[in-house]
Amino acid sequence: MSGTNLLRWTTLGLLLAFLIFPGRFAPVFAPLTHYGAPPIYDQGNLLMLALAQLGTVCCAAAASTLVAVGLGILVTRPAGAQFLPLSRTLVNIGQTFPPVAVLAVAVPLVGFGEKPTLIALFAYGLLPIFENTIAGLRSCPPTVLEAASGTGMSGRERLRLIELPLALPLILEGIRLSLVINVGTATIGSTVAAKGLGEVIIAGLLSSNTAFILQGGLVTGLMAVLLYDGLATLERRVSRAVPLD
Amino acid sequence: MIQIENLTKQYGSTTVVDRVSLCVERNSIAVIVGTSGSGKSTLLRMINRLVEPTSGRVLLDGADTRSEPAHLLRRRIGYAIQGHGLFPHRTVAENVATVPRLLGWPEDRIRARVSELLGIFQLDPALYAGAFPHQLSGGQQQRVGVARALAAEPGVLLMDEPFGALDPIIRAKAQEDLLAIQRRFGTTVVLVTHDMDEAFRLGHRVAVMSQGRVLQFDRPSVLLTQPADPFVARMTGISDRALRLLALTTAGEAAVPGSSAGPRVSASASLREVLSELLWSGATSATVLGEDGSARGQLDVAAILARGRP
Repeated sequence: MSGTNLLRWTTLGLLLAFLIFPGRFAPVFAPLTHYGAPPIYDQGNLLMLALAQLGTVCCAAAASTLVAVGLGILVTRPAGAQFLPLSRTLVNIGQTFPPVAVLAVAVPLVGFGEKPTLIALFAYGLLPIFENTIAGLRSCPPTVLEAASGTGMSGRERLRLIELPLALPLILEGIRLSLVINVGTATIGSTVAAKGLGEVIIAGLLSSNTAFILQGGLVTGLMAVLLYDGLATLERRVSRAVPLD
Repeated sequence: MIQIENLTKQYGSTTVVDRVSLCVERNSIAVIVGTSGSGKSTLLRMINRLVEPTSGRVLLDGADTRSEPAHLLRRRIGYAIQGHGLFPHRTVAENVATVPRLLGWPEDRIRARVSELLGIFQLDPALYAGAFPHQLSGGQQQRVGVARALAAEPGVLLMDEPFGALDPIIRAKAQEDLLAIQRRFGTTVVLVTHDMDEAFRLGHRVAVMSQGRVLQFDRPSVLLTQPADPFVARMTGISDRALRLLALTTAGEAAVPGSSAGPRVSASASLREVLSELLWSGATSATVLGEDGSARGQLDVAAILARGRP
């Protein structure tokens, strides 16, 4: 087992061990607490919170992917090229509008809970996927596209059989960036009562419990790192099948 | 048979192809030759409607090419381009199988056809079927490109400078392969090139294009001896046209009965090669050998020189 692999599996093991048996780690966090405060978050199940956060992020990413890849395909077709500036502006607004502000706007409209968080993460995650889809589709060599048309592929067949497979590594990279950014961003969802690790951090801030803050932050960070690593591995697999010469 | 009638392509106010009419006989090779910007590629691409004509029409075995959707038309027409355009994410076998798959051939027929073609192009299926294009040499990639174009047994094969990216030795081999394959399948080939030697070597008939117009479309020997236009004469090369004319005839065709003490040449060698051999050896005549190695006759310098005149 290589060094990278060892580190990868150790990190995953440690994270799972902490989420499933948090009690065992009490001695590690005890020095960070004062006046007999609990060293491990005790107002909810850490594993459930982590999974809830991951679920929210994945749902948002799935929606972002669908919309961003769809838009990316549309604006790279001759018929849709005129929508490029508009789409780009919309997607950029999604990225520059702070997620906290999106929450503030969304809560009066859809109420508290998961929904406003999903909306904020969806908007925030569009940009990397959209831009990478466009870059990927535009990077297809012109001779390959000409050959594809020359063999008698219709526009749709060419997109499905040639362009999307060739763009896939870049699209995956966009999805990975979007996911990783949003794993961290998702913690703010707890301010509007979405289930997630933000709850642990907020509880720590309210009771001046550094151990809680650290637990929420560490679990979120490790999830982001592992997700990044896992998706990067998947990308390399796909890229090997799509050698770019 | 391909009949091109009054074909014109305009982009805005520029006319790229100007009222071109020509007819390519079935089972023959027509070469379109011209300088860059002469409209030769555009003319070729209008045959399979990668470029839609502004006016005029193309008849394929009597049927107007506009009578079916363009992508369905292209599945019946092979198309090979410079730089091969292989799909980098698909294996050699998958690349070759592209058109049969689009046509929905049964899987076992596709497999048989792919192995057959790889065999014809000297690519051992066991070694190369699962390889990716970037793992092949330039010459191999080019052969896969032509194999892909021929996969669905098209009656017509269009080639746009297919050998342009190859070095001279591999190019000569690729040209021989093309001639052999054309004879074997009886495909009607239309090939675009800017290389006059290639045009004379491959073409049964050669069209010389300039500024969107076809100046002359005829047999190579006619282009050399009766150029219809000063530009055609310039393209075909005034200074070495006698040698080019010699290159069009083989020793076997020109040999007369008799024997000679001079060098021995193969019947498939061109008169140009025989003359060169005679110059080199200082002899005045050569023995022509058949494919079996037996003497088929002889050729002397005077007979060769006589064939270098119109």
